[in-house]
Amino acid sequence: MSRKPRPVGTSRREILAAGAGALALIVARPARATPESMADAIKAFVGEAEVREGRVTLELPALVENGNSVPLTVKVDSPMTAQDHVKRIAVFNERNPQPNVALFYLNPRAGRALVSTRIRLGDSQNIVAIAQLSDGTFWSDKAELIVTLPACVES
Amino acid sequence: MARALINVPAKAKRGDIIEIKALMSHPMETGYRTGPDGALVPRDIINRFICTYNGEEIFSADLFPAIAANPFFSFTTIAMESGRIAFRWIDDRGQAHLETAEIAVE
Amino acid sequence: MNRVLKGFAQAAWFGGALSLSIPLAFAESPLSERKSGFEFMSPESQATQQDDFSNPGMLWVAEGEALWNAKAGATGRSCAGCHGDAAVSMKGVAARYPVFFAGSGRPIDLQSRINVCRKTNQDATPFPLESRELLALSAFLGKQSRGMPITTGEDKRLEPFRARGQELYEQRQGQLNFSCANCHDGNWGRKLASSVIPQSHPTGYPLYRLEWQSMGSLQRRLRNCMVGVRAEPYPYGSQEYVDLELFLMTRARGMPLETPAVRP
Ligand code: HEC
Ligand code: HEC
Repeated sequence: MSRKPRPVGTSRREILAAGAGALALIVARPARATPESMADAIKAFVGEAEVREGRVTLELPALVENGNSVPLTVKVDSPMTAQDHVKRIAVFNERNPQPNVALFYLNPRAGRALVSTRIRLGDSQNIVAIAQLSDGTFWSDKAELIVTLPACVES
Repeated sequence: MARALINVPAKAKRGDIIEIKALMSHPMETGYRTGPDGALVPRDIINRFICTYNGEEIFSADLFPAIAANPFFSFTTIAMESGRIAFRWIDDRGQAHLETAEIAVE
Repeated sequence: MNRVLKGFAQAAWFGGALSLSIPLAFAESPLSERKSGFEFMSPESQATQQDDFSNPGMLWVAEGEALWNAKAGATGRSCAGCHGDAAVSMKGVAARYPVFFAGSGRPIDLQSRINVCRKTNQDATPFPLESRELLALSAFLGKQSRGMPITTGEDKRLEPFRARGQELYEQRQGQLNFSCANCHDGNWGRKLASSVIPQSHPTGYPLYRLEWQSMGSLQRRLRNCMVGVRAEPYPYGSQEYVDLELFLMTRARGMPLETPAVRP
């Protein structure tokens, strides 16, 4: 790079227009999870039980640079003792082709109800985490995620 | 060949809660993607992951195509006694993998 | 006079250097003004790069280490059999590539240099460019220089190739008629669609790009930028890519190598 500022014959507007062109992606999408199919998947997990908000904390980045790999952490406020612990944590999404993301099985040997992974998201959407406790109750948290598209991808 | 990177502390005090990390080499092919020939690439994901501590299950997971390629997990366990922490996973092609790590507990 | 030479002539004039008969020095921007692509990433992606048990690129490094120690080819020799401990013999090596290769009278990048050893010293089939094995070995060698300053371009014989790389960098191309410089020198820090345009310092290659869901070389990254402006990308291994790599690495001199980096 030369040290002196080089005149660049490109305005910001042109750049943005180019970006739009470069991003004209044509993607054939399969049938996708909808809020309804997520509701069905949740029903399959909890049955007739009531799902309460609270005790679960779902951590996701506010803005995602690339939906191929989104860090996700779920924490549940639980002593993780033999009498009172988290048995399962399920993660669901609204807009991927399938509503299920992962189902984690925990027991008191964990010491703490804390799990992290990285997930894929094709689109901005809601993510739901539901924990089943040893007393049979279900608790949940929800997060909304904005997924942006990267520039200069392979055709 | 490197199939996974596992992070378990080599030493811990009895009763300590330790963090375990596992990073596995796998494309996690969703089954929704088309290949260069226009045909769908068959689904091939790790669908089950199990972690045992001296033979007893401490954590496991059922996985779906929404888990990122080269899957990563972190979770915790209480250091109980010295021994072996084993990680097993199986993918859609039926390939099973095993990795182990030793832990010294005092 | 073409733009490149004109630029140099002006720089020389401003600098008070009147003689144009000496090889024109390459004007480096001050280190303090240069930013790695790392600085433009989200805190989450930065954390992934910095934790060796979370950075997926480390899977390739581990695989590269296994390949380094494996016997291969008709000679049945491993890389380690000749080079010993990579932490000693390969320390700082990746940070000075591409280098001038007397065998071809041209610069050679690290991947192709590895293949030279594979062919002539192991008597084995060279790994295809972008193959998992070659990326793994390059990542493993790159990791031996992690944190060390880039030193590419000291050899005077490289100068015409670096200049050619710079010319390619400044030349408009593709249906969108953009040069690399239009984006990376003139508009870095601004947004293209939702990505921030970096300064294009190749500090972390080969690296794990989330978009690829895999490891890739600098040539693959350059290919993506060319496709982005609707230009016909050069074939892998072409002289144009090596000259561009040489220019970019020389332009990044002094910046620490980050291999294996993570990028969006
Ligand atoms: C239209 C603008 C544009 C043009 C023209 C362009 N690039 Fe890029 N380049 C980008 C963007 C945006 C990124 C970051 C992409 C991302 O994060 O998704 C990038 C990334 C890069 C990187 C990666 C830097 C890192 O941190 O790893 C390099 C190297 C690079 N470009 C070099 C080039 C070269 C060489 C050319 C010319 C052949 C070029 N680019 C042309 C926009 C452009
Ligand atoms: C039969 C011995 C032998 C084997 C096997 C071998 N090399 Fe080499 N390698 C050499 C010699 C000799 C050189 C040249 C050293 C020099 O120029 O100073 C070299 C040079 C290199 C260089 C360039 C170093 C520099 O400073 O620029 C790299 C990189 C390299 N080898 C990597 C590898 C890898 C990776 C493998 C295994 C795939 C390998 N070598 C296998 C003998 C070997």
